[in-house]
Amino acid sequence: MIALLLRDLRLSVRAGGGFGLGLAFFLIVTVLVPFGVGPETGLLSKIAPGVLWIGALLACLLSLDRIFALDWEDGSLDLLATAPLPMEGIVSIKALAHWITTGLPLVLAAPVLGVLLSLPEGGYLWVVISLALGTPALSVIGTFGAALTVGLKRGGLLMSLLVLPLYVPTLIFGAEVARRGADGLAVETPLLMLAGISFGAMAILPFASAAVLRINLR
Amino acid sequence: MSIWEYANPVKFIRTTDRLLPWLSAGAVLCLVFGLVWGFFFTPDDFRQGSTVKIIYLHVPSALMAINAWLMMLVASLIWIVRRHHVSALAARAAAPIGATMTIIALATGAIWGQPMWGTWWAWDPRLTSFLILFLFYLGYMALWSAIDDDDTAADLTSILCLVGSVFALLSRYAVNFWNQGLHQGASLSLDKEENVADVFWYPLLVCIGGFVLLFIALVFLRTQTEIRARRSRALLARERAV
Amino acid sequence: MPDLGKYADAVLSSYAVSLGLIIALVAVSILRARRVRAELRDIEERLKK
Repeated sequence: MIALLLRDLRLSVRAGGGFGLGLAFFLIVTVLVPFGVGPETGLLSKIAPGVLWIGALLACLLSLDRIFALDWEDGSLDLLATAPLPMEGIVSIKALAHWITTGLPLVLAAPVLGVLLSLPEGGYLWVVISLALGTPALSVIGTFGAALTVGLKRGGLLMSLLVLPLYVPTLIFGAEVARRGADGLAVETPLLMLAGISFGAMAILPFASAAVLRINLR
Repeated sequence: MSIWEYANPVKFIRTTDRLLPWLSAGAVLCLVFGLVWGFFFTPDDFRQGSTVKIIYLHVPSALMAINAWLMMLVASLIWIVRRHHVSALAARAAAPIGATMTIIALATGAIWGQPMWGTWWAWDPRLTSFLILFLFYLGYMALWSAIDDDDTAADLTSILCLVGSVFALLSRYAVNFWNQGLHQGASLSLDKEENVADVFWYPLLVCIGGFVLLFIALVFLRTQTEIRARRSRALLARERAV
Repeated sequence: MPDLGKYADAVLSSYAVSLGLIIALVAVSILRARRVRAELRDIEERLKK
């Protein structure tokens, strides 16, 4: 399992920019928002937590099809399926690799981009915490979507259509934590709900993803 | 005699063929009767004026939008557990109907909201969760049409339906938490505290019955179509193979 | 025709939209049912020969 994880990480670092792409996309989205809504500081600091969450979510979405696509094309996914590892384990490792290469950099970059959006003082901590809690859920849910569309030729758009509605609860609670944190309100309830969704998704969805992947490899 | 006999496509088509005329006649009758009754022969509400007449379309379509998804969920479960093809095809047949019902509920809601709340759209929990439900329908239908192999498509969509149900429910509560609404609470709950008045209630009941019958008739018809389309494909494939 | 008062537009348009959508749905279902049925019959006829 660890070998698979290391292999995935190495591949994503080496294989032409997949690693930094999500991060660059996150940066561009955050830079574009002030162009869209105007440079007024008060407005920006008000919407900053939500914009950071949406940016992270989209950056996450963008890199999802890389989870299985390459392995599917060169046939190594079939090899993995016949390996002694259970499919659930493979799926979880893939999600973890996706999180380390996409989610974690996003979490670390969020406070820096928060400066650009004049995020309120108290917001930094909560944006980072909510993203750190929420992005694993995004990766796990995204892995499910990627597994659903793995064999399809032009699956990218379809996958967005499938995955985005599934992201709704995570986004709502995550952005709520960040927003309340930035406003200096109590964050316990949404934080607990976010954690619940995140851990629940991590515990249950690998089974669904594995089932889907088995069907697709049939 | 058990319900699983109807998992046989031939038997399903034969039975539904017999039932379909009755169901469609019932649906038309109920809808015409209920809507005419509601539209022409009910008084205006003292606060909402004549807009209360929209209820005869809004509430039944909203009900069916949710029930169609539930039916798809049950059909998907049956497909996963017992692998009856009719079940998977029925789930597929129901999705466009559910999506249409969702649009009707949203559209009538918007038209109703405009004079009553002074806005076409508010990010109210009920409205928002219906919009999310609509997105789920879209994704489900898109996945069905994207996959060529029938069995694979049935497997994948039924798992999507299961996962989607969990997340749709989660979204419902998330959205509730996220914003307080303009929308009134349940108007048809069985404990009759703040229900609609009887004058509106009886025609509404007839309309709901009409929508239910319409839904069943359409599901039967569309499932038959799917079964036949599938058989055509199978025959063609066999012909080519010979 | 009942007097709909100032909300006539809202009521009538919502009825129009809903009935239009329902009729469209029914029409599409029936047309597709017919087409598929005819298609299957053709194929079965051809195979019988």
